[in-house]
Amino acid sequence: MKTLVWVEHDGGAIKDATLSAVTAAAKLGEVHLLVAGKGVGGVAEAAAKIAGVGKVHVADDAAFDHALAENVAPLVVELMGSHDAFVAPATSNAKNIAPRVAALLDVMQISDILSIESADTFTRPTYAGNAIATVQSSDAKKVITVRTTAFDKAARDGGSGTVEAVASTGDKGLSRFVGAEISKSERPELTSAKVIVSGGRALQNGENFKTIIEPLADKLGAAVGASRAAVDAGYVPNDYQVGQTGKIVAPEVYIAIGISGAIQHLAGMKDSKTIIAINKDEDAPIFQIADIGLVADLFKAVPELTGKI
Amino acid sequence: MKILVPVKRVIDYNVKPRVKADGTGVDLSNVKMSMNPFDEIAVEEAIRLKEKGVASEIVAVSIGPAKAQETLRTALAMGADRAILIQTDDEVEPLGVAKLLAKVADEEAPGLVILGKQAIDDDSNQTGQMLAALLGWGQGTFASKVEVDGDTVNVTREVDGGLETVALNTPAIVTTDLRLNEPRYASLPNIMKAKSKPLATKAPADYGVDVAPRLKTLSVAEPPKRVAGAKVADVDELVAKLKALGVVA
Ligand SMILES: Cc1cc2nc3c(=O)[nH]c(=O)nc-3n(C[C@H](O)[C@H](O)[C@H](O)COP(=O)(O)OP(=O)(O)OC[C@H]3O[C@@H](n4cnc5c(N)ncnc54)[C@H](O)[C@@H]3O)c2cc1C
Ligand SMILES: Cc1cc2nc3c(=O)[nH]c(=O)nc-3n(C[C@H](O)[C@H](O)[C@H](O)COP(=O)(O)OP(=O)(O)OC[C@H]3O[C@@H](n4cnc5c(N)ncnc54)[C@H](O)[C@@H]3O)c2cc1C
Repeated sequence: MKTLVWVEHDGGAIKDATLSAVTAAAKLGEVHLLVAGKGVGGVAEAAAKIAGVGKVHVADDAAFDHALAENVAPLVVELMGSHDAFVAPATSNAKNIAPRVAALLDVMQISDILSIESADTFTRPTYAGNAIATVQSSDAKKVITVRTTAFDKAARDGGSGTVEAVASTGDKGLSRFVGAEISKSERPELTSAKVIVSGGRALQNGENFKTIIEPLADKLGAAVGASRAAVDAGYVPNDYQVGQTGKIVAPEVYIAIGISGAIQHLAGMKDSKTIIAINKDEDAPIFQIADIGLVADLFKAVPELTGKI
Repeated sequence: MKILVPVKRVIDYNVKPRVKADGTGVDLSNVKMSMNPFDEIAVEEAIRLKEKGVASEIVAVSIGPAKAQETLRTALAMGADRAILIQTDDEVEPLGVAKLLAKVADEEAPGLVILGKQAIDDDSNQTGQMLAALLGWGQGTFASKVEVDGDTVNVTREVDGGLETVALNTPAIVTTDLRLNEPRYASLPNIMKAKSKPLATKAPADYGVDVAPRLKTLSVAEPPKRVAGAKVADVDELVAKLKALGVVA
């Protein structure tokens, strides 16, 4: 089987999510990559070095800048003429593009796969991860998004793929990029961090996030996450949200501070290797899944902890 | 313009789903069902656009069993004008749902279709994008802000790195994220009024669409269970544990 993997990048660097998708694709067959964007020659060169990669298709055109689904989907459909499966990491770009590709190919997408059982059979989470379904696809071509926490990352080097330019399918004139507000941070990215410190509603305001959560995260070299309640209340930006409808994370250590442990939050972090919870309510549901729990007032315990490490 | 709002009847978000002992699915008997939370947000957004004078009529659509009428009545009570139930007891996947919705869109010619970004049962996050593809329209997914400006709709989207704004020609597809708005509760008088609003019942066959599933669910299992670990007595003990884990030197 020939697979086409969506390369998630920011114009310069390839995101780790891509490497997990490559591992998944390699289980299905030959791995070809698609790099789409404007001025992405460097990205394509880097992509060709990923271990196990065959061909790298590069579509370099302004129409693909910002990964507008309306323009990218027809490009993927074109390439799917000579590939059997489109495999994308479940990033916000790919979640936007893949179903559009699937519908154009008249294929039912398999979202967020956790494992590959055979060429047509996959497991995927449903009901906020409370029910794992094993599904078998009858479509000739497959469109798949990959839960990146469920697959190891392929090595960034060791590969010797060939780079091949593909003709642009053009701007479909349906949509236009207007602008973006991208959070800037020196901290590791939430979805690839080894340690995550997350705060909940109990933090009360954004200032407390800065003075209580962030110093601990900095000491641990950790990324900062949050519950929906904390994001809705405006303490931190939306891209911090962990959960069923936010980011899915599985770090070595996840520290939940002042988070109750609603199923929608657990859906995003319960595959973390070690979960640590700090909550003043000893009956908080988060303790039912935490490996290490501390019943304490976070406003006292967290600064003390930060001071002692 | 007219706005079409597809709404899905799903397990209530407060209910903890339980996998059936025979591994065929999730037990939905005697479980509280509600409108998918993202679809409530979609209905609310449509109503706000109508209140602003941008939208003229709101049509709610659901594909599902007879009981999905209740979900449509909820949409009507919130403020939708009329409803269409495409009734089926069969499993309809996002591709099939999108094909049916595309036919409804052909008939109704809406300026916007506002859907939820994902249904909290199957968590597919596909239907809106598929519908956009089938209609050849632009798509503003995971929306946290929607502004209609003449023939253009500006959609601010929640993306991995933060927020992004796209401008789409109408007609267009919007899918809602959590922070787009806070849905209203239907008032008692509006719930009463909703009972007499028009609700048309159709069948998938009326639209001549093949909705046979492409995915076969072989089995459904519970995820591996995590067991609660030990509690530590104080911060010093926690520091010791962190050292043991190798996260602090
Ligand atoms: C459709 C839908 C999707 C959702 N998606 C998500 C999602 O993706 N991610 C997500 O997180 N949520 C999501 N939610 C929301 C979820 O249901 C919860 O409401 C949310 O996770 C609660 O956030 P919280 O734990 O911060 O707040 P709360 O539930 O209010 O918990 C606060 C906790 O802090 C503790 N506390 C208070 N003060 C202190 C103190 N001084 N010291 C120590 N502990 C203290 C309390 O004991 C409590 O346990 C979703 C909900 C819906 C309906
Ligand atoms: C009786 C019945 C039994 C089923 N049994 C199974 C089963 O055993 N296994 C299985 O995998 N699937 C089953 N399904 C299908 C499954 O529940 C989902 O409806 C389908 O896979 C769509 O996925 P989703 O809702 O997650 O789509 P998403 O793409 O996540 O939905 C996004 C949005 O699309 C719109 N939408 C989606 N579905 C509908 C709808 N039906 N009506 C109106 N708007 C809609 C909503 O606005 C929603 O917010 C069954 C469906 C029915 C009706």
